[in-house]
Amino acid sequence: MTATPVTRRDFLKVSAVAGGGLLLGFRLGEAAQESTTFKPNAWVSIAPDGSVTLTCHRNEMGQDVHTSLSMLLAEELGVDPRRVRIVQAPTDAVYINTMLGAQITGGSTSIREAWMPLRQAGATARVMLVSAAAAQWNVPAADCRAENGIVLHGQRRATYGSLADAASRLPIPKDVPLKDAARFSVIGKNIARLDGRDKARGRTVFGMDIQRPGMLYAALVPCPVMGGKVLSYDAAGVSTRRGVKAVVNIGEGVAVVADHYWIARSAADAVQITWDEGPTATLDTAAVFAALDRARNRPGFVVKQAGDVSGLLATGALEAAYTSQMLAHATLEPQNCTARVSGDGVDVWASVQFPQGAQGAAAQAAGVPPQQVRIHPQFIGGGFGRRLENDFVAQAVSIAKAVPGIPVQLIWTRPQDMRHDFYRPPSLHVMRGAVDNGRIVALSAKLISPSITARAFPPFVQNGNDPFMTEGLVNFTYDIPNVELRTVIEEVGIRVGFWRSVSHALNAFAIESFVDELAHAARQDPVAFRLSMLEKLPRQRAVLECAARAAGYTAATGRGRAFGVASMECYETHIAVVCEVSGSADRVTLERISVCADCGVAVHPDQAIAQLQGGVVTGLIQALRSKITVTKGRVDQSNFHDFSLPRMNEVPPILVELVQSAGKPGGMGEVGTPLVAPAVANAVFALTGKRIRSTPLEDGGVRFV
Amino acid sequence: MATLLLNGKTVTVDASPDTPLLWVLRDHLKLTGTKFGCGAALCGACTVHVDGVATRSCVTPLAALTGKRVTSIEGLQGRVGDAVQAAWDKHQVPQCGYCQSGQVMTAAALLAKNASPSDSQIVESMQGNLCRCGTYGRIRAAVRDAAVSLEGKA
Repeated sequence: MTATPVTRRDFLKVSAVAGGGLLLGFRLGEAAQESTTFKPNAWVSIAPDGSVTLTCHRNEMGQDVHTSLSMLLAEELGVDPRRVRIVQAPTDAVYINTMLGAQITGGSTSIREAWMPLRQAGATARVMLVSAAAAQWNVPAADCRAENGIVLHGQRRATYGSLADAASRLPIPKDVPLKDAARFSVIGKNIARLDGRDKARGRTVFGMDIQRPGMLYAALVPCPVMGGKVLSYDAAGVSTRRGVKAVVNIGEGVAVVADHYWIARSAADAVQITWDEGPTATLDTAAVFAALDRARNRPGFVVKQAGDVSGLLATGALEAAYTSQMLAHATLEPQNCTARVSGDGVDVWASVQFPQGAQGAAAQAAGVPPQQVRIHPQFIGGGFGRRLENDFVAQAVSIAKAVPGIPVQLIWTRPQDMRHDFYRPPSLHVMRGAVDNGRIVALSAKLISPSITARAFPPFVQNGNDPFMTEGLVNFTYDIPNVELRTVIEEVGIRVGFWRSVSHALNAFAIESFVDELAHAARQDPVAFRLSMLEKLPRQRAVLECAARAAGYTAATGRGRAFGVASMECYETHIAVVCEVSGSADRVTLERISVCADCGVAVHPDQAIAQLQGGVVTGLIQALRSKITVTKGRVDQSNFHDFSLPRMNEVPPILVELVQSAGKPGGMGEVGTPLVAPAVANAVFALTGKRIRSTPLEDGGVRFV
Repeated sequence: MATLLLNGKTVTVDASPDTPLLWVLRDHLKLTGTKFGCGAALCGACTVHVDGVATRSCVTPLAALTGKRVTSIEGLQGRVGDAVQAAWDKHQVPQCGYCQSGQVMTAAALLAKNASPSDSQIVESMQGNLCRCGTYGRIRAAVRDAAVSLEGKA
């Protein structure tokens, strides 16, 4: 037992000073004193009945973080991962994502970041349980072994539950060795998702499914122009309706609080509001792209430079401009949040990817210190980056202030969700390249787009460098003697956000399409052309060869059938995509999309495959026909009839080959997305001779059927 | 007050006749397995069965349900429902899971009517249900598999 028990809060201060993340060497004093539950660190606890609980510090939004993180823990703890209970972590400094510097689920980091600490957490707990058993039996710990929740020595057995109390009194060992990969019995195996049965039976509780005693509902009417404000409103005849409890002006809109949602919704729509639409009211899509184009000659930030491109690209170079339209996240669960503001602080129940940010947003809206805000993260009905933003949390808290002590659930409509998003940035790429003797001798690329980071995390933009805009450039794979890759931040008056794979998708569309153009200019096969520039990256070569083989790729396709290819490294995973198409320009059919990815260690292979399958479908949103456009500051699209998501009849068979290599895991959540648009565009070119340099591709004069 | 025949039981609801069934279920009856996605019958997340037919509850007013049998995901049972959910488990279909109640309800309605649908009939029935995570390949395989298991048990 520690001589001076520390409180959890004290511990968190200490660990925050020490850099957070890794927690070995501390003790939750109060836990050790008050119960016999064994809690050697912030993630694992073992109760006297033997039940093992993982406090999961990342949020579940489809990527199956509950199962894969349980597997990391279970591998070293020596328990069945299928029996691990999950508790969703609250906000705490100890749960900060060290790859991102905040308690965030995103950036395809969950497994990469937890790879060491969660295994160490499991191993440390196991060593302590073994020590406790060895002491009871008076035998050397080295002669004991642990498996499936039991410590064994000869004929003697003790369950983890029976050892929990004794283990909780032992000192915490340091530098516990981890298993060799060759001995893994959990990592790399397929098990059923821990949440799969509930999700197929409607039992999973998402943010919008939260029920609290006495809860009221809120419906909001936000300004149709983003950034606009309420000038005045008239709620006559609304506030007296049966069931209406309050009409609240929160500045960016007017909300009605009622005892039932449909009453709140109908009443809110009857409120007469006069708006100050603000400066965005004159913005339209053409002006957005004109602004990007005006910035094309700005030097920007040099992401990567080798050799000297200036001479080779001065004359006779191939030049092209690529654009991508804005996209909404369109999570199937519209934004919503349940908040209660009372004298003892603020409670927030919501689907969030950034609980720490939700805490800050709620605190600001309530006018209390963040420590007085309790975030209760729920299952997320689709994240894709939308729920890194906490605008809806601030709104719910602002509304709930009007009815102190009562929980209020704010639910957006689909059109509100579509029209008040943080959109994937619109982008322009200026590309130049020169080929000689069948190879690229010089290449320059410049991405011009607004900066998400400058809005969301301003300190991370330094000297014109937004580190999220450089994705796909800083990790450029091709070995070319003269290269220059730049980014230019150009604000266009619209709020932009992180959208699954962020700038990887923007940069990959331009680079992989343009490399294809250069391959054709050099009269080379697009696959062979790429392979010749990947001599120094055997893993990248291997996935490209694998995808081509799996797809049955051939450059010499028959009439009405063709292949397109794309390749990149992202999130420390190597990936290649081949798309097979048939038909003609006015009737392109996607026949099959083949993916090969090398993510190093795949902790849960079946769900890594699921992420690639789903990532490809997300890529099709960009590739086919979806876009967000703006007229007079208003988003034109409102629902799934005019912002279409791919449906079952539009999604071709997706073939996934997973290559595993030794070492550590690469990211998985976003890697399936960025290469789809260029692979489809390259296939369309091979099929029709039409080079489309804008997404969605249907804007370039093809039709997908 | 309206009465509703829901999941085999008669329930009484104090809601205006224009209230969509979706909100009657989620809000008044606290049955949150049926999801709100679009409010316009465009995504299928809110699918329930009305007299056995897959129906978008977000655009179905309470007033339209007099004398009808309503089944929500919470009340899905019997050999077809069991076969569909077992196939969902086998193929590890869900990702975020938000659309899956609607997917399961649409699939169950299809298989109750047509125990051995062709691939194109599966797509035709299921294409009204959006999955933002992109689980379509697994949904298709699971529906096929459920059909096979129902044939085996017939």
